[in-house]
Amino acid sequence: MTKQKTLPHQQYNAYWYQRVLAWIIRNFFSSITNTVLTVLLGYILYVTIPPLFDWLFIKATFSPAESRAACNPDGACWSVITSRWEQFFYGFYPEDQRWRINLAFIILIMLTFWMLFKKLPARKYAGLILFLVSPGLCFWLFYGGWGLPVVETGLWGGLMLNLIAGGVGIVFTLPIGVILALGRRSELPVISTFCVIFIEFVRGVPFITVLFMSSVMLPIFLPDGIVIDKLLRAMIGIAIFGGAYMAEVVRGGLQALSKGQYEAAYALGLGYWKVNRLIILPQALRIVIPGIVNSFISLFKDTTLLTQIGIFELLGIAQAATRDPNWAGLGKEGYIFTALIFFSVCLAMSRYSLHIEHKLNQSSHKKRL
Amino acid sequence: MFYNQKYRNVFFQICLIASIFGLAYWLVDNTRANLAQIGLDIGFDFWNQPAGFDIAFTLIDYNSATSTYSRVFFIGVLNTLFVSMLGIVAATSLGFVIAFLSLTQNLLARKIAGFYVEIFRNTPLLVQCVFWYFGVITALPSVRNSLNIWDISFINQRGMYFPKPLFSDIIYVVLIVALCCVAAAIILSWLNNKRQIKTGKRLPIFWINSAIMIMIPASLAWSLGLTVSWDIPVLQGFNFRGGILFPPELMALFLALTMYTSAYIAEIVRSGFLSVDFGQTEAAKALGLRQGFINKLIIIPQALRVIIPPLTNQYLNLIKNSSLAVAIGYPDLVSVFTGTTLNQTGRAIEIVLITMLFYLFVSLVISMLMNWYNRRQALVER
Repeated sequence: MTKQKTLPHQQYNAYWYQRVLAWIIRNFFSSITNTVLTVLLGYILYVTIPPLFDWLFIKATFSPAESRAACNPDGACWSVITSRWEQFFYGFYPEDQRWRINLAFIILIMLTFWMLFKKLPARKYAGLILFLVSPGLCFWLFYGGWGLPVVETGLWGGLMLNLIAGGVGIVFTLPIGVILALGRRSELPVISTFCVIFIEFVRGVPFITVLFMSSVMLPIFLPDGIVIDKLLRAMIGIAIFGGAYMAEVVRGGLQALSKGQYEAAYALGLGYWKVNRLIILPQALRIVIPGIVNSFISLFKDTTLLTQIGIFELLGIAQAATRDPNWAGLGKEGYIFTALIFFSVCLAMSRYSLHIEHKLNQSSHKKRL
Repeated sequence: MFYNQKYRNVFFQICLIASIFGLAYWLVDNTRANLAQIGLDIGFDFWNQPAGFDIAFTLIDYNSATSTYSRVFFIGVLNTLFVSMLGIVAATSLGFVIAFLSLTQNLLARKIAGFYVEIFRNTPLLVQCVFWYFGVITALPSVRNSLNIWDISFINQRGMYFPKPLFSDIIYVVLIVALCCVAAAIILSWLNNKRQIKTGKRLPIFWINSAIMIMIPASLAWSLGLTVSWDIPVLQGFNFRGGILFPPELMALFLALTMYTSAYIAEIVRSGFLSVDFGQTEAAKALGLRQGFINKLIIIPQALRVIIPPLTNQYLNLIKNSSLAVAIGYPDLVSVFTGTTLNQTGRAIEIVLITMLFYLFVSLVISMLMNWYNRRQALVER
């Protein structure tokens, strides 16, 4: 926990091997406890990592196969994934229509890059297109109609469904969260009480009960004629749940702003909505971008729970694949693959949020001071 | 009048109340109509009906033929709280260990801690649950080839078997005396603190209290002749008999909850310790304090202030996350009550309502406890 500084003359007058040795000693053998820790952890790594690496890669079977019998029993059997990888990504979406999904995701990825990279032109329109135009466009591509053959939502599945559910979550939770957060800080007692009760209620119960609520109980609450698609019901649950968490994140940003911002804005003669839209929210949301990204990450991870209400997202596909008699007993491989995909998406998002946080820490007004 | 802020506010609020009540009325009306159609009404008469299904792991007595759904509810609640308690204790300890690893000077330790946190934080908890359950624990050796730990504990597909301690009846006397000793120790250390403030002198309270809390109950147990016998699990026929059994579902859920939450706790603890300025350590050293005292008196109290609020959140998350038990069949509240009971009775509204109220109640109690503790720890500003 103590900081050690190398003095300038130590850095420059030493030979390279002395510097390497000094680095090794400083990082691994600086004290008795440090040395003991190095030896202990090194031994644990030595015992665990080589067999794991062997199992994962060296002795593993990667080529597609008919059944488990074709795999080397000493290694991982990745054939269960390679022989049906399309299901992992597209679910049961008809094969000849999969270009629509690819196209939609390419458009989304390009729009996201456009929005996130500073150097590209007309960035402010990218966000608008991404949040207002692309959901409709993607829905048309996914579902069909207007010239494209219709693909029912029951056939959607795999990673694509996680991404869709996560994307819908992102598009809807942010506005819901902003409205709830503004409502919670409202001076009107009825509105703030309502928002507090809603937020605390949703945050106090597990996601799975919210999902049960939206998938099992929504049909009971609605009049007889109205039938809502199963996937849509799940999305409503996601939006409600994510919105309540997002509201708390946004509220953190609102509380971080000084009262002077409100007073100055009202002094200019702006109304409530204009004050929030032009002055407060742009600043508040910028402060909490890391928090927003973090709640997107947990939202995306939570999409795995859709399996519990009978929607075949990635985890459900993995479960179905490993329960196939041909591939029985390959739970490890299926779940490791699923975990790996989630890991890479979430890691990318969390790195982005760290990067933003880092930039915010050296933000403009700190530089000015 | 419409442009008067005061009237407008009242007007909007009345509108909101009216629309909420309108919506509620509409929903209730629909619900009543829908339920009438399938011949159901709202009612809690199922509460006293016999459940008639088996539960694999119960902490209190349960008989599928005679026990009622209320019993099922309490079993679910106890199982949820049981796995949550185990998870909270284990996740906190593991989280602190990982945090300390990431705060050492050792590069290897820091890297391992970093990998641990990234891996377990960035994969969904449900995937971890099913990985431990279907990937690891059900792939353990069969009963005949159990992993044998010194002939007293066994691990196999059907769970983990521990020896069960059987005490003679004197244990109750010893336990009561031990509790009294703990109370005495607390009072003593409080008195000692007061004395230190008054006179500046301090007794070696740690050693005195340890002696009180260990020696007195131990000597009492020895003099009264407390006997302990161990009920060791033994392989009989196709299964083990005796001992304490942790079923595989519990093990998987416990592992997943612990590892997932400990990754978050490690980050919280790490940032808590990093938030204490290095100048505090330097100042404490300048005062001549030893490293142990620096940690105990300067660093930890300030770090705890930062750590406790998010730590509470993690505990609440863990309790709520334990509802993922339904995916692997650990009989927690959601699994046996919101799952099986709901399917058998069809009382969706009542059961989901009860479940949600339980979780809300637990959240409320824990946040109240933690707020109380937090207020004690928080900075007292002049």
